[in-house]
Amino acid sequence: MTRSWRARIERLIESVLFACAALSIVVTLGIISVLAVETLQFFREVSPVDFLFGTVWTPLFFQKSFGVLPLVSGTLLVSVIAMSVAGPAGLLTAIYLSEYAPARVRRVVKPILEVLAGVPTVVYGYFALLFVTPLLQQVIPGLSGFNALSPGLVMGIMILPMVSSLSEDALRGVPGGLREAAYALGATKMQTTLRVVLPAALSGISAAGILAVSRAIGETMIVTIAAGQQPRLTANPLVSIETMTAYIVQVSLGDTPTGTLAYRTIFAVGMLLFVSTFLLNLVSNWLRERFREEYA
Amino acid sequence: MNKEDRASSLPFISRPPGALFVLVLFAGLWACGGSGGEGAMSVITVDGSSTVFPIAEAVAEEYQLANPGTRVTVGVSGTGGGFKKFCAGEIDISDASRPIKDVEVAACAEAGIEFIELPIAYDGISVVTHPSNDWVGTLTPADLKRIWEPAAQGEITRWNQVKPGWPDQELRLFGPGVDSGTFDYFTQVIVGNEGASRGDFTSSEDDNVLVQGVSTDELAMGFFGYAYYEENQDRLNLVAIDDEDDANGAGAIEPSPDTVRDGTYQPLSRPVYIYVNPSALDRPEVAGFVGYFLNEGASLVREVGYVPLTDQEYALVEQRVEDRVTGTMYGHGNEMASLSSLLTGAGH
Amino acid sequence: MTRRLRNQLLDHLLHGAGLGATLLGLVVLGALLFDIFSDGLGRISWEFLTSFPSRRAENAGVYAALAGTVWVISLTALFAVPIGIGAAIYLEEYGKRGGWSRVIEINIANLAGVPSVIYGLLGLGLLVRTLALGRSVIAGAATLALLVLPVVILSSREALRAVSPSLREASYALGATKWQTIWYQVLPVALPGMLTGMILALSRAIGETAPLITIGALTYVPFAPDGLWSPFTVLPIQVFNWVSRPQEAFLENAAAGIIVLLALLLVMNGTAAWLRDRFQQ
Repeated sequence: MTRSWRARIERLIESVLFACAALSIVVTLGIISVLAVETLQFFREVSPVDFLFGTVWTPLFFQKSFGVLPLVSGTLLVSVIAMSVAGPAGLLTAIYLSEYAPARVRRVVKPILEVLAGVPTVVYGYFALLFVTPLLQQVIPGLSGFNALSPGLVMGIMILPMVSSLSEDALRGVPGGLREAAYALGATKMQTTLRVVLPAALSGISAAGILAVSRAIGETMIVTIAAGQQPRLTANPLVSIETMTAYIVQVSLGDTPTGTLAYRTIFAVGMLLFVSTFLLNLVSNWLRERFREEYA
Repeated sequence: MNKEDRASSLPFISRPPGALFVLVLFAGLWACGGSGGEGAMSVITVDGSSTVFPIAEAVAEEYQLANPGTRVTVGVSGTGGGFKKFCAGEIDISDASRPIKDVEVAACAEAGIEFIELPIAYDGISVVTHPSNDWVGTLTPADLKRIWEPAAQGEITRWNQVKPGWPDQELRLFGPGVDSGTFDYFTQVIVGNEGASRGDFTSSEDDNVLVQGVSTDELAMGFFGYAYYEENQDRLNLVAIDDEDDANGAGAIEPSPDTVRDGTYQPLSRPVYIYVNPSALDRPEVAGFVGYFLNEGASLVREVGYVPLTDQEYALVEQRVEDRVTGTMYGHGNEMASLSSLLTGAGH
Repeated sequence: MTRRLRNQLLDHLLHGAGLGATLLGLVVLGALLFDIFSDGLGRISWEFLTSFPSRRAENAGVYAALAGTVWVISLTALFAVPIGIGAAIYLEEYGKRGGWSRVIEINIANLAGVPSVIYGLLGLGLLVRTLALGRSVIAGAATLALLVLPVVILSSREALRAVSPSLREASYALGATKWQTIWYQVLPVALPGMLTGMILALSRAIGETAPLITIGALTYVPFAPDGLWSPFTVLPIQVFNWVSRPQEAFLENAAAGIIVLLALLLVMNGTAAWLRDRFQQ
């Protein structure tokens, strides 16, 4: 095997591998172009202002209205409920595992939390609709069968491991020296944790929280199964609503043909979803980088 | 240990070619075990109305059991959705809970797709509430119009706005979506204008979602095909409709196979149809399926909860298949005409 | 109360709150598993595993969905694994010089955070419509492959990074080229780690519902796929279909379907864990 032939093969292999890596760029471009093409077509028929600021979403009905705010409010309502569970509980879990728990406990608990994160979302949807909702209905009279509270709570549990594990990483990233200094001054664990470690880890923890919000916004099956299909602009968690993701699924179940306005609405909503999660992920990454810089 | 030894000390399965080979082999085994290796019969594609779905599903299941190797898929895109696909040539058979519309006829003509219109059963659209709902006794079409018309959007949002004596509670509505033939028919006969409806209710082309919604909410009301009520009687309350026309049954009538058949449940009784692509009938499995639909289908229609056509009507429908009669029987305002008159009159 | 006492009390309070929060997750997981198993365990039987969907809940089974899942996941692996490993090798071994590599890295990190339903829209717009693959097994597998690609790349990179540099250096010292080093030295050592990552990525793909619904996987498919262009359904979609039906018997089927799904995941994750332990070097 001559030297130059060998070298040519090496270069060929490198190009092939580069192509594999570059495929990811193609995917991103693909997502953006697919969404953008249909969304631009959509905006030719519906004004962006009406879309982004309108408060009535009846794109398929007699009196067509394309205001996306009801879907956004549905998404936000469920996400807020989810974060109000996952945020405090996740952070407390992280604090416990990082500062208080003995190694034995950590070894047992961490895999179990990973299991929580690995359960398919359709299973959580089943749980929300058939266990949590009836349970809540016994406690809250007038709770609809489809509502925002039940999937919100269940989603909170689903995201909890993500918040907890990322926050724990952030807490552990704080140098031990800071803690020891505090103990040397006579502080209790709680004082150390809350006044020294937590503030130091703040950007890492915020990054975790924002990533969790992004996950909550993009979640589909739990809300499709349990939250309902009635787009409405409300802050009431006890009635049925519809999220952006559930709308996309609803229309897709009917498999609307290409080229119709209805088909384009799912791409317009999808674009909004993509942009929001993308921005959130960007902020989260920036925060995490900043945290790493502080303590690297 | 030189490099060859090291590489081969790992088991076969964890080297890339080995793992992939096993995966593909696995898939192959599944494939052979699954369909029994029968090849060439094409898939019979059915899609459309959620109302007709229980019938189509039952027929598909029994047909496949009676004819192993045949394959039928049934979708639930709604009557409108089904027609869109049918006129795009994407499916063989379209389920419909209303006759084909003019614009759909035009779309099919433009695409060069013909259709054979086949009524297959009668349905009585059922209005339902939650079992614990004790204030709604009976309703008239005027009541229903008040609740569902476009003007009600944002205005009629509580029960006591429908009738003063009713509770001051939120009115939670569930109904089929805009692609649904049931939606089209209901708005046509109740509101007076096809497709004219309020937009602020839970709408879904999947009637199961509506059943779930109404059965778990004390303040809910909804409407859908009778089969869905029948299958869920223990969790739904049926509302009798008084069409204020003593000529066909005095007082409020509840939908049931009897009242639908003898025409006393009005105005919400209607035929439901399948539309078949004549070129698909050239495939023996499709022809067999349609034949099965019209013969054994009658008992399945009854089993599912709808009302079969009379034997005469089925015979006339089968004749349409044999003669490959294309085009719709409807138009020129004869929407409410009886099937017998349409089937004999339309002839060729 | 003295300040010291109060501080100790608050300390115990935080400890308790933390413990409580941790238990919350575990308790809910326990409730979920208990609920599902009590609803569905009775329904599991050989008949259930080998029957096709049916309108009669007692006769319905997951065979078509299981076969569909195996078909789709096998194809997904076929697509995602070579490309993912290739990309990881490039980024770890060849592309350390910044420029394009950095862009690709950031891009992959972002793709990992995109909601799965968006991948469904990509699949719908690109694969099903533009490339006219239809609602087929191959379209579903390609969509899922794109979804798990970032995860495969990230975990493969981890595995490659874990290989000690001295191994590579020794190989170069003996006169091997870059590719020879990678293929004969680095890859065999990194492979178990990569396999683990792959299996975890695939187990995520098995549970995915939204992207496949979006590209139009039908919910009533009473046969196993018989080719790349065949219509199909998968386990999570079958469960979703049964959950949507109000009758008790179908809800039992849904729970039983979930048990099958969880069992499948358990086997896959167990294999991954076993591999990780077995080849820990």
